[in-house]
Amino acid sequence: MRLLEFQAKEIFREYGIAVPPGRASDTIEDARRDAQTLGYPFMIKFQAPVGGRGKAGGIQKCSNADELEIKYPQILNMAIKGERARAILLEKTAEIRKELYLSLFLNRSKRCYTVIASSEGGVEIESVKSQTIREVGLGNVPTEVAAEVATELGLRESAAEQFADMLARLSRLAVEKEVELAEINPLAILRDGTLVALDGKVITDDNANFRHPEMSKYREESEIEERAERSGFSLVELDGNTAVVGNGAGLVMSTLDMLSDSGGKPACFLDVGGGATTESVYEALSLISRMRGVTGILVNLYGGIVKTTTVASAFLKAYEDGIIDVPVFARLKGAESDQARIMLADSRTRLFNTVEEAIGAAVTGDGR
Amino acid sequence: MTGILEILRGSEGDPDYNNKGVIVQGMTGAYGSLHTRNMVSYGTNIVAGVTPNKGGQTFEGIPVYDTMQEAVEATGAAISAVFVPARFFKGAAIDALNAGIKLLVAIPEHVPVRDTMEVIRLAESKGAVVIGPNTPGVIIPQVTKIGIMPPMPFKAGNVAVISKSGTLLYEISDALTSAGFGQCITIGIGGDPINGTRLVDAFEMVKDTPGLEGLVIVGEIGGDAEEMLARRIMDTGFSRPAVAYIAGRAAPKEKRMGHAGAIVMGTYGSAESKVGMFAKANIPVATRPAEVPVLLAGKMKKSL
Repeated sequence: MRLLEFQAKEIFREYGIAVPPGRASDTIEDARRDAQTLGYPFMIKFQAPVGGRGKAGGIQKCSNADELEIKYPQILNMAIKGERARAILLEKTAEIRKELYLSLFLNRSKRCYTVIASSEGGVEIESVKSQTIREVGLGNVPTEVAAEVATELGLRESAAEQFADMLARLSRLAVEKEVELAEINPLAILRDGTLVALDGKVITDDNANFRHPEMSKYREESEIEERAERSGFSLVELDGNTAVVGNGAGLVMSTLDMLSDSGGKPACFLDVGGGATTESVYEALSLISRMRGVTGILVNLYGGIVKTTTVASAFLKAYEDGIIDVPVFARLKGAESDQARIMLADSRTRLFNTVEEAIGAAVTGDGR
Repeated sequence: MTGILEILRGSEGDPDYNNKGVIVQGMTGAYGSLHTRNMVSYGTNIVAGVTPNKGGQTFEGIPVYDTMQEAVEATGAAISAVFVPARFFKGAAIDALNAGIKLLVAIPEHVPVRDTMEVIRLAESKGAVVIGPNTPGVIIPQVTKIGIMPPMPFKAGNVAVISKSGTLLYEISDALTSAGFGQCITIGIGGDPINGTRLVDAFEMVKDTPGLEGLVIVGEIGGDAEEMLARRIMDTGFSRPAVAYIAGRAAPKEKRMGHAGAIVMGTYGSAESKVGMFAKANIPVATRPAEVPVLLAGKMKKSL
């Protein structure tokens, strides 16, 4: 789960990591009240799980009440990289002397947590040459290591102490909340010498959600995604017109690639999962029927534990109940596929021997 | 790294050569019992099951124990297949490793990353191998299958397949089999961000297999396991024909595509990065699963 900036900062506060005073809202009425509490000037910050907000105009300074009336609604109604604002954060402006970078992330190839710090902050870390990198096992950063990192960044005295303290706190947060990434960028040294997290990005391990009921308030799922999760399949909504259904994440991704290579536009990625039943596939089809703009369904199954007949039964039921009214292009292989093909022979599902043929027909609209 | 073939097959002359005992953890659950039957019918020598509080029962004539300690003492098995729900995985794996298991095949999906990392650390300290979690398992066609893969796609032969994805492993092995390329071993490493056996480890396990004629690598977006493997192949001067397939070229960034590990963050984990590294290693990358045997035949200078 990827937290929004203001949510990440709520967690930072909980762990004693300094952040500027700020308040999140989603109506101008609440924003007017927050503006009085905070006092001008402050920053208006677009809140969505997306980078590049500043460049896109989603972060602007606000100096008085008139500006608030113009800028707040403008930023609230923005879409950045296709993402709408989930909220708006009003945050006191800071007098910045220097910007640093600090993060702790799950290092997949090394299979441990890794600290990255840099004396160049406020830009994407990939573009920064001078990085201090430390592998820290399961995420606990020893005091000496935190102090070393601060020294390597060229920090001294109070700044070094504050930085090491912040890293220790970030480490505790990372371990306790089971994060994949906890990032402070920029980490600002203010004119008065205090260190503050000006932006925050936290991504937690979804598979550990069951151990973190306190984080459930931050979960954001569309109704469709939530129903998918409950039924045990994975669904990612995309913006094309051909729904892609299959079993196994790799196979569905592969089908998506081949469809795109042929000029098709996927409407969704839907993996029925290893425990698919006729009921869960039926639920998947009813979710697809509710998606806007779907003009065809491409099915690619390699039956193993999930029998192709299980999926065929779900399609037959869906036809019977009238929930599918778009053409279906299917390639069925593996467990019980001969039987599944017989079951679907008289239905409106068009069967193909290879996925390439099914995609060809789906893209040209053959049979629509 | 303990030789996986040694653990799975043993040596010629061993009384249990090609018939090594396997314990199933979670044997009496719905999933565990289904796959125990499937593995037994494939010819895998399942010698015991473990389900807490069900010790003393039998399942399909196989004795069930309360703990791994008891099961290992009774059978001497060094291999375990874990079918417990994700939240009980860590406990089951620790139980197995402490009982002396040398190869742990971790089937469950949705295991928290922290639990996986703790289990890997323990396994490393004991010289044991973990495959998974979120893996279909490992199969030596026509010898033994430890996992959940259907038997149809696989046939004995001399190509090794290592894969992040389960269904793509079946799909591509099927295509290889149809083209006349049987497999000496196929290993699913799992779709999680942290794997007990990484692609590079799976490569080390199979690269010296006697008679190996080719290697097929099935990757997907997320992480840098493929890049690391391409580099290792260059560094080791591995000379057998190798081809790759990468799924997820069309996936949007920062969206998790079904597998916990299948996510592109910025450029980290992108298909372009992986394809680029394989190109540097002179390993052709198929654009479709069906193209894999074609490219392999080309590398072997064989005609299909």
